[in-house]
Amino acid sequence: MDWQAFALTLKLSAITTAILLCIAVPLAAWLALGRSRLRALAEAITGLPLVLPPTVLGFYLLVLLGPRTGLGRAIASLLGHPLAFSFAGLVAGSVIYSFPFAVQPIIAGFASVDSSLIDAARLLGAGPFRLVRTILVPLAGRSLLAAAILSFLHTMGEFGVVLMLGGDIPGSTRTLSLVLFNQVENFDYTAANRTAAVLLVFCVLALVLVYARPRNLVAGPDGDRRGAAND
Amino acid sequence: MIEFQLKVRRGSFQLEMECSLATPWTVVFGPSGAGKSTLLRLIAGLDLPDSGRIALDGRYLADTEIGLHLRPGKRSIGFVAQRPALFPHLSVSTNIAYGLISLTRSAQQERVSAMLDLVGAGHLIDRSPHSLSGGEAQRVSLARAMAPMPRLLLLDEPLSALDAGARDQLLMRLQAWLSEQKIQTILVTHDAADALATEAEVAMLSEGKLTALGPANEVLAAERNRLLARLKGV
Repeated sequence: MDWQAFALTLKLSAITTAILLCIAVPLAAWLALGRSRLRALAEAITGLPLVLPPTVLGFYLLVLLGPRTGLGRAIASLLGHPLAFSFAGLVAGSVIYSFPFAVQPIIAGFASVDSSLIDAARLLGAGPFRLVRTILVPLAGRSLLAAAILSFLHTMGEFGVVLMLGGDIPGSTRTLSLVLFNQVENFDYTAANRTAAVLLVFCVLALVLVYARPRNLVAGPDGDRRGAAND
Repeated sequence: MIEFQLKVRRGSFQLEMECSLATPWTVVFGPSGAGKSTLLRLIAGLDLPDSGRIALDGRYLADTEIGLHLRPGKRSIGFVAQRPALFPHLSVSTNIAYGLISLTRSAQQERVSAMLDLVGAGHLIDRSPHSLSGGEAQRVSLARAMAPMPRLLLLDEPLSALDAGARDQLLMRLQAWLSEQKIQTILVTHDAADALATEAEVAMLSEGKLTALGPANEVLAAERNRLLARLKGV
């Protein structure tokens, strides 16, 4: 078992999930509540990684972040190294690749909040930030949990984007999916079985967490004071 | 004083109204589908008019000509809908304190208690919205809307879950308190008895238009005669 790759995969998934939640919550609030005409376009772009082959996405990111584009050169001069074939590049690619898995459940969760509650909060003076913090997030807690777990798992299992954008550098961009691929390529089926089993068990446990709907993690029906309006 | 001139079309329904309401207590009366709730939502800023303007005490809240549309929380308007819409994850006291963010914690607690006492729901202060009956939830919703001391209070059949006796009693108490606080109130109802009981100015709506405006006894004379005839029949 390649524990270094396992730790790197967990680190990549955790960082990606944290970044995704920070971006997805305000974006989902805008998409669920906003009246802008750009919403349809934004939703289409948000869902694009769902239908795009990962290798295609990885290829475009490789080109975009490479030394041939202005953006790639600007990032390279800022970081001191190109984003492609680095852990930071892998994070950037993972954020884009797993984007819909974070945004879609949160949009669904926010949209399911009773609009009369949103109206009441707005009438009582809540601006967008307070509305999201005190009403939408507590009432859509399960959707946020689902978004976090789905993003984490999706990042853990990604292959095409990682291979195209990160290469296969041990300790830097070699994730568990690449280790599994290498093991199969080398006909080391015993090791491949172990790696696959680790990924499988991890995914099943996480999905059980989603479907078990742990009520203690979100605002429950007992009207407790967590997330109180004025704190 | 609230002044508005509004035009809005939603599918086959069209609301077109120009009016100025200066009395402290106005009852908007009309059949279902007359546009009563639509009018209140437009004044509150929850819906946008296709064209028109709204001014409260001389201050413009909306004017489509110059693209002005103050957001609901900036209008100093309280709104109570028929469905209470209490935040289910917050206790009764936190619900009422939601609009009091500018006050200190102790001032908030004082105001919350005062508002609950006013609507006869002081004993509900620590309860969860899930544990309230329909009438109790409506009382709490009313307290929450009044707590920030708005300049205008919009009530859309806010006490429909209460029995007639309790409703009349609460309406009388509210009318006195709101008049003392100089909070102008617009009450929507389709029950003529409610309108007659409050001795207010009545705005009669029909198919999105204002058809009459004046004292309850005049505007609702026909309705009153109908109610009396029914009583005599019994």
